[in-house]
Amino acid sequence: MKLVRMKPGHGDVLLAEGDPAVSEDEERLIAEFRRQLDLGMSAAVPTSDGPRREATMVRDFAEVPRDAERVVFFPPAAGG
Amino acid sequence: MSALIATAIIVLAVLAVVGFGPTVAERARRLIPKGENRERIPPYDPGRERRAEARARELLRSVVSGEEYAMYMELGFIAVDGGEGEGYGYLLYPHRPILAFDADTGELLSEYCVDFPDRSEPSEAQRLPDADDVLAKWMSLRGGERELISVANMHVPGRQLDPAQVARDLVRLREWRARRVRTAA
Repeated sequence: MKLVRMKPGHGDVLLAEGDPAVSEDEERLIAEFRRQLDLGMSAAVPTSDGPRREATMVRDFAEVPRDAERVVFFPPAAGG
Repeated sequence: MSALIATAIIVLAVLAVVGFGPTVAERARRLIPKGENRERIPPYDPGRERRAEARARELLRSVVSGEEYAMYMELGFIAVDGGEGEGYGYLLYPHRPILAFDADTGELLSEYCVDFPDRSEPSEAQRLPDADDVLAKWMSLRGGERELISVANMHVPGRQLDPAQVARDLVRLREWRARRVRTAA
């Protein structure tokens, strides 16, 4: 699983990577996940069902499917 | 006479340094943000923005469908269905409002003004690359349409987007999809 974040002037940056089935990796992933949420970021998990693509917004690491390949963090939406 | 003027200027300069020097130095220190040893990112660098957009497009390509990615690359926006096939859709433009339209008639319904400013590091730029902005809208709509729409400021069509241009974009979209169907057949 990779945690990536959209960043102005950079595109996406890799924040953390690991296997959530491995406890050390999971702790690292959870810590980074929480850090991003503390920074105010939104988090989405891209999913696919055949050719159709979807995304699920998540607010807790426990909501992330164990087999998810990525969690994408991005700044929260604001009225323009 | 000129020596007298020069001396007076020097004396005034010395008095100015003594009198205002500490204040000027303090103001200068306040202007320099803390953490000044960090690499400062200039507000706009065309090369950096181009590289960022290239990376953002790769992320977009890896998340959305092939048709949606091709749509962004060729038309400059992505069209998505709203709700559960309820007869309306959205056009997602980079750094422009989300435009809701009637999928059957093409009538423009609303503009939803929303952006994704990154305020986590105030000293740095806040504006996402174009493809990231479109992807953020896409994921937010797919993952929580109601939440996104509730955050956005809703306006009647025409406030920021030219209705004639949007109407042309809907025609371009219809023709583009028809071409893809013909090509695939």
